[in-house]
Amino acid sequence: MIEIENVRKSFGPLEVLKGINLTVPKGEVLTIIGGSGSGKSTLLTCINGLEPIDSGRITVDGTEVHARGTDLNKLRRKLGIVFQQWNAFPHLTVLENVMLAPRKVLGLGKAEAEAIAVKQLTHVGLGEKLNVYPTRLSGGQQQRMAIARALAMSPDYMLFDEVTSALDPQLVGEVLDTLRMLASEGMTMICVTHEMKFAREVSDRVAFFSKGVMAEIGAPQQIFENPQHPETAAFVKLTQA
Amino acid sequence: MFSYTFQWKQAFAKLPLMLDGALVTIELALLSMAIGIVLAVVLTGFRLSRIRPLVAIVTTWVEIARNTPALFQIYIAHFGVASFGLHLSPYVSLLIGITFNNAGYLAENFRGALKAIPDTQTRAARSLGMNPIQAFVHVVLPQMLRIAFLPMTNQMVWAILMTSLGVTVGMNFDLYGVTQDLNALTFRTFELFALAAVIFYVMTKIVQIGARLIAARLFRY
Ligand SMILES: Nc1ncnc2c1ncn2[C@@H]1O[C@H](COP(=O)(O)OP(=O)(O)O)[C@@H](O)[C@H]1O
Ligand SMILES: [Mg+2]
Repeated sequence: MIEIENVRKSFGPLEVLKGINLTVPKGEVLTIIGGSGSGKSTLLTCINGLEPIDSGRITVDGTEVHARGTDLNKLRRKLGIVFQQWNAFPHLTVLENVMLAPRKVLGLGKAEAEAIAVKQLTHVGLGEKLNVYPTRLSGGQQQRMAIARALAMSPDYMLFDEVTSALDPQLVGEVLDTLRMLASEGMTMICVTHEMKFAREVSDRVAFFSKGVMAEIGAPQQIFENPQHPETAAFVKLTQA
Repeated sequence: MFSYTFQWKQAFAKLPLMLDGALVTIELALLSMAIGIVLAVVLTGFRLSRIRPLVAIVTTWVEIARNTPALFQIYIAHFGVASFGLHLSPYVSLLIGITFNNAGYLAENFRGALKAIPDTQTRAARSLGMNPIQAFVHVVLPQMLRIAFLPMTNQMVWAILMTSLGVTVGMNFDLYGVTQDLNALTFRTFELFALAAVIFYVMTKIVQIGARLIAARLFRY
């Protein structure tokens, strides 16, 4: 379970998260929608401790992320994250990209790490691309590789930050299909996305962010058909236009 | 008017001695590069640390290495330190002088290379649970060395050529030193120095071709 309690965070004078409260139980698929600059990416990077917070508390399975003495490197094994800009390691093949962290972080042997990597890459449909360098992959393939790389650490939670936003339209589908597959397998997921149709289909709950505040959260039906907050209504209307 | 007669035979007879000198030259260049690369990585670390005194050391080092004659740097490493009572052999002085120069240039090259690596690479590595050192060693460093590979090759060529400055501090068993001594004995000036120039040329070409082969094997992306 991920528990976010009254989290505040500023970059200089700009308050980006203004007291966020949110609990994500195991097995839930939560999507976060909202305008650009509303603090969605910042929240995800705070959850895995890449960014510090100013006040409040984030706990993952009872471990407080920003407490002194928390082993962030260990905690991050539980939390896979995939960013908007695919971050393939260009000097490593697809297979090596996925094997690196299991080997260096989990200390697995070569054979074991390779078996895991092959399994995950096959799972996301890249079984034929094992020995290719990432620059030879399309954006969608790179993004699926990044997903496999995160999954190879056997995380309990997956965080996705607009993983389709930088893709050509015809490549969006294959990545969303991969996310759908993970959701159907019961993975706990927080997906920041602009794909409203996707959000509507896969989410257990949808959260709407506006200017550092979680303005509304509820079932997809509520958010998309019967929004309670005027800003949600305006945003949904805008994206459907 | 043109009364110099070429006597190549006499010069070629000295070739084995000169090739022995060339080995010393290669050894100096390789050592000064190996130590220079390590120092440059350390200096790069100093710079990234943003700790003021450390950054000041790097800045001073890089500025002197790049903006003063290499000859001056080798002089300081010999006569300069001697005036403080530290008497180093010509070999050691030359090695220190060239290494100092290498490290300064390479540190600057590494800085440029690091700028070309987006910090999202480090974020991605850290997100997978790697600690900062693992992220640097497995993700950033290999990419940095690739970008800096050509400048490193050039610096190696420079290191070979810089050994010729050793004669000014009394170095006499590297290629240039040997040639100079032979010249004093035989006065076959043109032949000997032409031969030395060819050996220098061959050495630097081998470095460049070798580097290209290594790069092709190492960097397949
Ligand atoms: N590292 C940073 N330094 C300064 N400002 C930042 C930084 N990261 C994000 N911001 C600012 O914080 C605000 C929220 O950013 P972000 O969380 O990326 O929003 P979203 O993902 O919802 O578009 C934006 O105004 C952005 O410019
Ligand atoms: Mg964002």
